[in-house]
Amino acid sequence: MSFINYSSREINCKIVYYGPGLCGKTTNLQYIFRRMNPGDRGKMISLATETERTLFFDFLPVSMGEIRGFKTRFHLYTVPGQVFYDASRRLILRGVDGVVFCADSQITRMDSNLESFDNLRINLREQGYDPDRIPLVLQYNKRDVNSLASVSELHALLNYRNVPEFEAVASTGVGVFETLKGIIKLVLIDLKKGGR
Amino acid sequence: MVSPMNQNRFILHEKEYNEFQSVLKKLLIDSYAKVVFLVDKNGSLLSSAGETGDFDTTSLASLAAGNIAATGGLASLIGEKEFSILFHEGQRDNMHISLVDNRLILVVVFDGRSSIGLVRLRVRRAGEELGRILKAVDETAEREEEGGVIEELTEADIESLFK
Repeated sequence: MSFINYSSREINCKIVYYGPGLCGKTTNLQYIFRRMNPGDRGKMISLATETERTLFFDFLPVSMGEIRGFKTRFHLYTVPGQVFYDASRRLILRGVDGVVFCADSQITRMDSNLESFDNLRINLREQGYDPDRIPLVLQYNKRDVNSLASVSELHALLNYRNVPEFEAVASTGVGVFETLKGIIKLVLIDLKKGGR
Repeated sequence: MVSPMNQNRFILHEKEYNEFQSVLKKLLIDSYAKVVFLVDKNGSLLSSAGETGDFDTTSLASLAAGNIAATGGLASLIGEKEFSILFHEGQRDNMHISLVDNRLILVVVFDGRSSIGLVRLRVRRAGEELGRILKAVDETAEREEEGGVIEELTEADIESLFK
């Protein structure tokens, strides 16, 4: 649920990075954090285990400039990807305005991608969203590894809505900002249309 | 999910913002707190009062919302609707977190100059006031079907963000 503050002239929206464990959700946020001008982003918070796996969420607030005198701010969250953290994932989806589904391009991870995508749809429905209408982009991450699934395979597996899709190598930043811009555009267009 | 206006936005106008602000300022003084914050359940900061310069308010708002969400999840696991008050005791500073109408989160940070009893008492009164203002926000939203700046957005405006 976006928050429009006429007093501080700000538009705030929430974007969630979703996907299976170790697909690179946190890596996306870490790259954004490193590369953005410190004046345009806040601190990155990671609630992680001792082995650096996301336990609850990562959080990074970013500012993207002004539209018609209103500052636009986006709160980026990741969910914990591991299957047994489902209760936490549901909580983080509350009030979401747009979702980046981060898929792992390794052939061996196709089942995990599909399982996580189905889980996203179930959890969105539980939070009162229509999974076929919420702003969504797909990121096919880890395009630099061996034994890759092709983009057309990933498309056939996940992109039945035909939403924007981006190839990425989040560890080196390839496709990271393209993905972010893609979801921000969809969120703002959806906000203008007045909801789902 | 309950929201004033339509299901995907919460619009706060100057008038209600100022009213929130004056309730927070009064709470700050009456409870001898260091700082008070009003946050929505999704983690956006609505208003604050006190020595906010010492705090990363954006992170605080997000974590307070995460805390309330996690505690709410725990509550439902044991068959409770919600735990409406959380209290964290530190060596120097303490934090009192409470829900207002199950929609907003009121955070009070205080030290030895105040006490948990006083804070709870003042928070209860402030919560009633904040609830009344929240109703006014809803009523304004019902009257104004259009969201102003949002309806006027063009694709060119959106594109301009990325130039």
